[in-house]
Amino acid sequence: MNSIVMKQDASTAIRELLAYLLSSGRVDAVLTMRQVPETGSCDLGLITDPSGMVEAEPFLPVMTANAGQALSSISMSGKRIAAVLKPCELRGFTERVKREQGSFDNLLTISSICGGVFPLEKVISGDLEKLVPRYIEKTARAEAPRGLRETCKACEEFVPMNADISVSVTEHGSLMHLHSDRAEEYTEGFEGERIEARADQSHIDRMMKSRSAAKGKLFQSLEKSSGLDGLVDLFGKCVGCHGCSRVCPICYCQHCDFESINFDYNQPYFQESLEARGALRLPPDTILFQLGRLTHMSFSCVGCGMCSDVCPVSIPVAGIFKKTGERTAGLFDYVPGRDSEEPIPVMVFKEEELGDIG
Amino acid sequence: MISDKHDDFTPRITSFLCKWCSYTGADLAGTNRLQYPTSIIPIQVMCSSRVDPVFLIKAFLSGSDGVLMGGCHPGDCHYETGNYHTRRRFAILKEIFDSLGLESDRLKLSWISASEGPKFAQVSNEYTEQIRKMGKNPTRKSVFL
Repeated sequence: MNSIVMKQDASTAIRELLAYLLSSGRVDAVLTMRQVPETGSCDLGLITDPSGMVEAEPFLPVMTANAGQALSSISMSGKRIAAVLKPCELRGFTERVKREQGSFDNLLTISSICGGVFPLEKVISGDLEKLVPRYIEKTARAEAPRGLRETCKACEEFVPMNADISVSVTEHGSLMHLHSDRAEEYTEGFEGERIEARADQSHIDRMMKSRSAAKGKLFQSLEKSSGLDGLVDLFGKCVGCHGCSRVCPICYCQHCDFESINFDYNQPYFQESLEARGALRLPPDTILFQLGRLTHMSFSCVGCGMCSDVCPVSIPVAGIFKKTGERTAGLFDYVPGRDSEEPIPVMVFKEEELGDIG
Repeated sequence: MISDKHDDFTPRITSFLCKWCSYTGADLAGTNRLQYPTSIIPIQVMCSSRVDPVFLIKAFLSGSDGVLMGGCHPGDCHYETGNYHTRRRFAILKEIFDSLGLESDRLKLSWISASEGPKFAQVSNEYTEQIRKMGKNPTRKSVFL
């Protein structure tokens, strides 16, 4: 595959590429993580001025919002956008495109082999500054850095699936792989040696090994929350904020059913429940909400971990969705975000399938 | 939790029945004077695919001992493809129950056509017996759902 050798570190090289795309007028805006050098505060930003690139930190290992979700509406503005996305963000975006909530038409997607991101608490506590240099060092050696999001540690989909440009950083140097005609077209004239190369497979294999082991551990740890009693215990502390669905790249409904009048109970309901059970949990329906969300979107879960990260009471929502999602998607050999042409399992069917599911 | 598994109780089976097939099948069973248990609590729906899996979960968490979903045989949907979608959603729901360690046997999908009154009676009897053996749904008394 046609690749560009990066002389500097990957962040600098991509920053230069983004500035080049903006100044040459090939794109109107760039979506990337930003970090203000003086304060260290970071966010996801849309930049239109090439001079704004100094604040761009395309590979900052933080996810303040799933960029796939953020990109959703702006991708349909008709403006040409280059977006730097983590593999799960790109997959989340792809799932949204399938739901007609975004478009690849005017988009150049740039992704990288992902080492994972740190939970937002590390940003708030100010530990990020110390953690990032160690992170870069460790990921270059295909080792797992400490303190990542639980789902990142257990993520086996760290190689971007359908990006126009993907970046691989190995101990032998950094490469920019061009996967599509659009990538070739947009990078035309950008300085850098062109070679035929692929991402280092042994590097990927080593990463995969530790990820698979961590995934086994994560799923094991969730076993104790199984069964009705386990779920009651797990979701007992849920405050019902629905933050997990707000930050989810898949949950796109403007008017979530669970926040509609259907779940706005009245006096007779409470009376009836009290008479039947002798007590009532408030807020009601926390387990129903999560089970319902699982039926609506678990097969599309990309395991980005936003839901767990924003949960005010630290419920491991992401782990549960990842674990269950792999099974529900597996029923249809579906991999969320693999291919924008692959239809969502609940939108299609085969006449002969599934056997007797009684 | 209540575990009176051998108690001879009458289960409550919330049944979502398609107007064009299973519900008419239940009617036929009645006009043919076929016996089926009072455990079946029928709810008529316009198509099995009208039923959001959330309805089934709600019935389960509200203490239904079993939840039955009746639709047209594959290929016979009044709206052509509704039941194929139901089948996928139901498979997903069962998988979710299994992965979380919930009793997925308390959910049942059955294809019963409008002419299959005897089949409706048979499914009702067999499913009721199966649920009776499983015992009451622990969600009946579990408070903190």
